[in-house]
Amino acid sequence: MEMAEISLFKQHLIDPVICIRCNTCEATCPVGAITHDDRNYVVDAEKCNHCMACVPPCPTGSIDNWRNMPRVKAYSLTEQLGWDELPEELSTAALEAAGVSPSAIVEQAALSPQATSVDPAQLVGFQSAKYGSVLPPWSAAHPFTNLYGPKAEQAFVIATVTGNARVTEVGKDYDTHHIVLDFGSMPFPVLEGQSIGIIPPGCDQHGRAHPPRQYSVASPRNGERPGYNNLSLTIKRVLENHQGQPVRGVASNFMCDLKIGDKVQVTGPFGSSFLMPNHPRSSIVMICTGTGSAPMRAMTEWRRRMRQSGKFEGGKLMLFFGARTQQELPYFGPLQSLPKDFIDIELAFSRTPGQAKRYVQDAMRDRSADLALLLRDPNAFFFVCGLKAMEEGVVMTLRDVAVQAGMDWDSLGATMKREGRLHLETY
Amino acid sequence: MSINYSEKIPNNVNLSEDRTLQRALEQWQPNYLNWWNDMGPDGSQNFDVYLRTAVSVDPQGWAQFGHVKMPDYRWGIFLNPAEQDRKIHFGDHLGDDAWQEVPGEYRANLRRIIVTQGDTEPASVEQQRHLGLTAPSQYDLRNLFQVNVEEGRHLWAMVYLLHKYFGRDGREEGEALLERRSGQTDNPRILQAFNEQTPDWLSFFMFTYFTDRDGKFQLCALAESAFDPLARTTKFMLTEEAHHMFVGESGVGRVISRTCQVMNELKTDDVAKIRAAGVIDLPTLQRYLNFHFSVTIDLFGADESSNAATFYSTGLKGRYEEGKRTDDHRLKSDSYKVLEVRNGQLVEKEVPMLNALNEVLRDDYIKDSIAGVGRWNKIIEKAGIPFQLKAPHKAFHRNIGALAGVKVSPDGKVISAAEWAAHVDHWLPSASDRAFVASLMGRCVEPGKFANWIAPPVMGINRQPVNFDYVRFN
Repeated sequence: MEMAEISLFKQHLIDPVICIRCNTCEATCPVGAITHDDRNYVVDAEKCNHCMACVPPCPTGSIDNWRNMPRVKAYSLTEQLGWDELPEELSTAALEAAGVSPSAIVEQAALSPQATSVDPAQLVGFQSAKYGSVLPPWSAAHPFTNLYGPKAEQAFVIATVTGNARVTEVGKDYDTHHIVLDFGSMPFPVLEGQSIGIIPPGCDQHGRAHPPRQYSVASPRNGERPGYNNLSLTIKRVLENHQGQPVRGVASNFMCDLKIGDKVQVTGPFGSSFLMPNHPRSSIVMICTGTGSAPMRAMTEWRRRMRQSGKFEGGKLMLFFGARTQQELPYFGPLQSLPKDFIDIELAFSRTPGQAKRYVQDAMRDRSADLALLLRDPNAFFFVCGLKAMEEGVVMTLRDVAVQAGMDWDSLGATMKREGRLHLETY
Repeated sequence: MSINYSEKIPNNVNLSEDRTLQRALEQWQPNYLNWWNDMGPDGSQNFDVYLRTAVSVDPQGWAQFGHVKMPDYRWGIFLNPAEQDRKIHFGDHLGDDAWQEVPGEYRANLRRIIVTQGDTEPASVEQQRHLGLTAPSQYDLRNLFQVNVEEGRHLWAMVYLLHKYFGRDGREEGEALLERRSGQTDNPRILQAFNEQTPDWLSFFMFTYFTDRDGKFQLCALAESAFDPLARTTKFMLTEEAHHMFVGESGVGRVISRTCQVMNELKTDDVAKIRAAGVIDLPTLQRYLNFHFSVTIDLFGADESSNAATFYSTGLKGRYEEGKRTDDHRLKSDSYKVLEVRNGQLVEKEVPMLNALNEVLRDDYIKDSIAGVGRWNKIIEKAGIPFQLKAPHKAFHRNIGALAGVKVSPDGKVISAAEWAAHVDHWLPSASDRAFVASLMGRCVEPGKFANWIAPPVMGINRQPVNFDYVRFN
C-alpha cells in the first residue's frame, strides 16, 4: 500500500488537564479501548480504531488529542496513567532518535505542517480532519447502524464465507483478498461506504477475546451478487508492521485464510456519513490508496448497475487510486475493463522501479483543472479512504487546487463540510 | 391538540404507537411548557442558543449542535439500548430476570425514588433562573442554558417513567413535579439543597461541580436497578450529567486561574488587594467549597438507614459501580464504618453494611469529588502559589444523620457552639463574602469577552472557537 513505509501514526490521547474523569468516553467506546485508574483516563493504542465514537459525547473536548508517534514507541497505558499533562509533540530529532527514517519524517511533515501544541486553543495549523463532513450527502439513502454489537440486542451475527479470491498479482510481500460473506436469513442491510466489524476467534496473549476489526464493505447495497444477502470485503494480509518487522495481523490473516463454508462473527454495520449521493446528476470523486479502494469499488459498482438499468443521467465518476506498484493494486484487472465514459481513472504508483515516485496527490495536481470544476459543483461529492497518513496531503491538495482556481478555501471547505460533500475515512 | 410526537419529541420508546402515553403527555406537555416559561431562564425565551440536542442514543445522534430557541428545544425521551436477558445482579432477587414492569410490592418505593430524583431536575432550573442576567461571557451563558435544558430533559425522563409505569398515581406525581417550587415555603422542593439559592456564578459552578455530582452518583446507583426501564433511563441521563460537572469543574478552575494570574501580577496574597483587583481570593473560594461540599453530602441521607437497606435488598437501587464489585452482592453479613460522636470525639462504629449504604455511596462520592479538588490545586501549584484547597471533613456542617447538630471544624475536631460561632465566618461564606462575590457579577456577553474575575476556557464547545456567537440575542 502506498506510504506503508511511514512508520508514524496518529496516537489518540486524552488531555488530563481538561478531562473531568466523567467516564462518558469509556462507556461509549465500542471496542473497549478506553480505561482509567484513580488518576487518568487513557486510550489503548492497540485497541483504538479511530472510530471517533467517543468524540461527540465528551463534554470537555479533552478527548480530541492526537500525537504523531512511531508505532513501536506508542505511549503505553502505564505511561499515560502517570501523566499530569500531555507530552509535547515529538521533534524531528526525537523521532529520528526513535529510529524513524528521516524520509518518513519529511514525508509526514509535508502532510501535517503544524506541530501540535499542548494548548488546543493555540492550534492554528492545517487540520484536515476538521473539513470532513459528519453529515451524508442530501440524496444519500438512510443507513442502518449498530444492528449487532456490544450495545445491540445481539452482540454479533454469524456469516458464512461464500468466496475468497486474491485480487493482487502474486507477490511475496503483499496479498490482498476479496472475501464474500453471506448472511443467510439474518438481516444485515448495508450501504456503500459503510463498514462492518469482524471478531477474530480466540484470545490474545493475555487471554482476552480479540476486539472486532473494522473493514469497509466493497460491494453495493443489493449484494455482491445482486439480489443475494451477501457482501464483500477487501482485506490485505498484514505480514509486517510499520517498521517492516514480521508481524502476522490476527484478523487479516484469519480472514485471508478462510475457506468456503467457514463461519465468522460479524458486528455492525457502522457509518452514517461516508455514504454516496443518489440523485441522478451527482458526481463522485474518489481518492484512495490500497484497500481504501473497498468503498470506492462499492460505489462504482452501484453506479454501474444503475447505469445498466438506465436509471442514471450523467454525473461523473472520477477515481484517484494509489498503490506502491501496479501488481499490488487491488482489482487492477477489473478496473481496466470499465468504460472510459463511465469512470475517469488516475492511477499513481509510488514504487515502480525506474520511475519517479507518484502519489495520489501528484495525480490530483495533474488533473487540477477537472477537480476545480468539480469543487465548484454543488452536485459533486468527494470521498477519501486509505491510510491516515494520506489524509492531510489529499485535503491540502484539494485546498491548493481550489485556491489556484481563485476559490476561497475557508468558505469552500466549510460549505463542503456543511453540505456533506467531503468525506474522510482513514485509518 | 395533535402533536407529531416523533418530530417534536425525539425518542426511542416508540412513542408514536403508545396511545396511553401520548394522552398522558398531551396533558403534561403544555403544563411543562408553561412551567418553563414561568420558571425557566429569565428573559431568555427569544434567544437563539448553540445547544446540544440528543436525537438518538448512538454516538452520532446524541450530540447534535445548533442554534435553537429554548422553548423550542426538542426535549427527547431516551433509554439506553436494552441489554438482552439482563439479570438482577444484587439483593434478594439476584439472578432473576430484570423487571420490565413494576412489581406491585415495590410500587410505592420505586415511585418515591423516581419522584425524588425527578424533583431535583426542575428545582435546579428554578434555582438558576436569574443567572443569565449576570453571565460572565456568552460561552458561560450558553453552558448555563445547556445545563438548564438538560435538567428539563431529565425531568421528562422521570415523568416518562411515571406516566408509563405508574398509571394515575404517576400522572398526579408528574403534575406535582411542576407545582412544587424551589425555596417556596408552602410547597418546596423535596430535598433541602434544592431549596437553597444559587445567587451568583461562583455558587453555580460549585453547585454544578458538587451537587450535580451527587446527581451522578444517585443516577449511577439507579442505573444498577432491577427495574430495567429505570436503569436504562438513568444510564442515558449520565451522559448529560457529565456536561454539568464539566461546567462546574472548569468554571471553578477558570476562577482559580484568573485569581492566581492577578496574584502573580500584583505579587500579593493580601485578600484586600486581591479583592480590590476584582477577583475572588482563594480563602473565599475555600469557604464556598466548604459550603457546597457539606450541603451536598447531606443529600445522601442518614448514615444508618433501613430504607437504604430495603432499597438495596429489594433490588431498587444498587451501589455505585455495583457490577464492578466482587463481593456477594447481598451484603447480609458485611459491615461498614460510620462516624458518631462519643465523649466529645468523632469515632468510627461498625454497623451492618446494608444499613450503611447511604454512607457507602457518600464515601464513593467524596473520593470522586476530592480528586477534582486535587486538579484545581494543580492550577494553583502551576502558578507557583503556596495555597491548597481542601475538602472539609465529612462531619463538618452536617444537617442530616447522626452528625446533624454536632459542631465539627473543617479538619474534623468536635468543637463547642461558642468555638463554632467564633470561626464560622472563616469556614463558611459570610454575608460579606457573598456580598463581595455578588458585587463582581455583571453581564459580559460580547463574543470572546470575559468578566474580569474569570479566565477564558482553553477551548470552545464542539470545536468552535472561544469567541463564537454561542448565544444570539435577536
